[in-house]
Amino acid sequence: MNRPLARIAVNGALALVALVVLFPLAWMASVSFMQPGEASTFPPPLLPAHATLANYRELFERAGMGRYLFNSLLIASAVTLISLAFNLSAGYAFAKLQFTGRERLFQLLLAALLIPTQVGMIPLFLMMKWMHLVNSYGGVIVPGITTAFGIFLVRQYTRSIPDDLLEAARLDGAGEWRIFVRIVLPLLKPIIATLAIFSFLSSWNDFMWPLIVLSDQARQTAPVAIAALSREHVQDNELMMAGSVVTVLPVLALFLLLQRYYIQGLLLGSVKG
Amino acid sequence: MSASRVPWTFVAPALLVLGAFFVLPVVAALALSFTDFDLYALADTKNLRLVWLDNYIEVLRTPLFWKSLVNTLYFVGVGVPLSLGVALGAALLLNSPLARARGFFRTALFAPYVTAVVAVALIFRYLFHTRYGLINYGLEHLGLAPIDWLGDPHWSMPAIILFAVWKNFGYNMIILLAGLQSIPQELYEAARIDGASAWGQFRHITLPSLRPVLLLVTIITVAGYFQLFAEPYVMTRGDPLQSTVSVLYYMFQQGFEWWNLGRATAIAFLLFAITLLVTRVLLRVARRGGEGPV
Repeated sequence: MNRPLARIAVNGALALVALVVLFPLAWMASVSFMQPGEASTFPPPLLPAHATLANYRELFERAGMGRYLFNSLLIASAVTLISLAFNLSAGYAFAKLQFTGRERLFQLLLAALLIPTQVGMIPLFLMMKWMHLVNSYGGVIVPGITTAFGIFLVRQYTRSIPDDLLEAARLDGAGEWRIFVRIVLPLLKPIIATLAIFSFLSSWNDFMWPLIVLSDQARQTAPVAIAALSREHVQDNELMMAGSVVTVLPVLALFLLLQRYYIQGLLLGSVKG
Repeated sequence: MSASRVPWTFVAPALLVLGAFFVLPVVAALALSFTDFDLYALADTKNLRLVWLDNYIEVLRTPLFWKSLVNTLYFVGVGVPLSLGVALGAALLLNSPLARARGFFRTALFAPYVTAVVAVALIFRYLFHTRYGLINYGLEHLGLAPIDWLGDPHWSMPAIILFAVWKNFGYNMIILLAGLQSIPQELYEAARIDGASAWGQFRHITLPSLRPVLLLVTIITVAGYFQLFAEPYVMTRGDPLQSTVSVLYYMFQQGFEWWNLGRATAIAFLLFAITLLVTRVLLRVARRGGEGPV
């Protein structure tokens, strides 16, 4: 094949794949602005005849979507902040501090990565029940505040910090925590961003655990709420698409903003995983 | 420096949380799976009895468990190769020196991966709609008969697989792309001098160099696809005719709809064991088939 033709073939194929991939998302947005019932016609319309915000109004005023988005935001933010503190300090220690049993503990941590969370889900639910955390934000947050994966990610990244830097600070008489906060943390900025966006996205998108722990409507997260809504309003496609838009948009925007860090973390986590 | 205790202040909080909310539940799960923990035990633990392997035996004698396992294996067996194939194709296109606007395409193809499953499953439930769905509209244009995607037990799982491929291939694409980029260009140059065709280069350079990465993404995807749950929960509720009940969906029903928590835990362990077994077999096959170390 000659070069111009090959160029067209490669870029044409890419454009086609991108079209197929992006179309459902674009269509979701389009349908969310249609009049109720408009989307249930054949052939399905591509664009709203008269764009309306009625579905969003219904979603926030009648279905209480604002509340669910707030719950999601609160839970995902709490998980992100607390897990950053725990995973960063532990990951750093596994990479740079000497303590007995370090290697063995780290091996156990790697083994834990292989166990899917569903295995312990039911006892965890019973624990939450006994701790009176069922139907509370705490019940959703607590299991996510430390992850073996997060510790692993921080450790891999932290190993690139030169030991000399830490030794010099120790010779100056700085304490370990002071070194960690003043010297190490600023160097870890990229991995902090990576870890933050990972935790936030996985917490926001999580479905099964919030579904189990939050039966009380008032505390449900956005994905759980729209799943429940979709079972009640099977026919209201326009309303459901508006629900999908407000659930997807925040994390999609966050991803677009921080995608460099996200993809770096994805590669760091997989290469030696 | 009496620093021997200081490191523990760094790791102790994280290890305590992991111990309490991950390790302990997993260990407790094993114990729980040997009991008849149900709604009565939930009310009063005095009603709890040790039944040893009864839960496992009972589960293995339930036709719906086997159906859910077959459904899950169908999803994994078809969904994983399809996801990997699309991911590899997309990665090859993105890695081509002829590709323009790579940053845009990479982001676009990866975007579905970061969306909430539930939200995008709703889009596909609508796209797959028998009467108003755009997919059937497209089929009609091609002169094909409409398909009752989510209502016909033969088509429900393929529909879920198509959705899963759309949602997930971007993840593997990114990892495979990194793998492609790490293949030394000199290898290709040498092959070109020897007169190797594009296909020859792909078979004798790209695929062998990509082997370890391909194996890695296969294992990650297989393990992930065995956890099928949210897709059938939102799109089909396990129907029609229980053709989309996955093992995890069955566990959820046993545990949180019928409150047979002991039995549900046994199902969770069985799923874990099956996943481990399948990934082990894959690893062994890959090691035997490969020339170099993997």
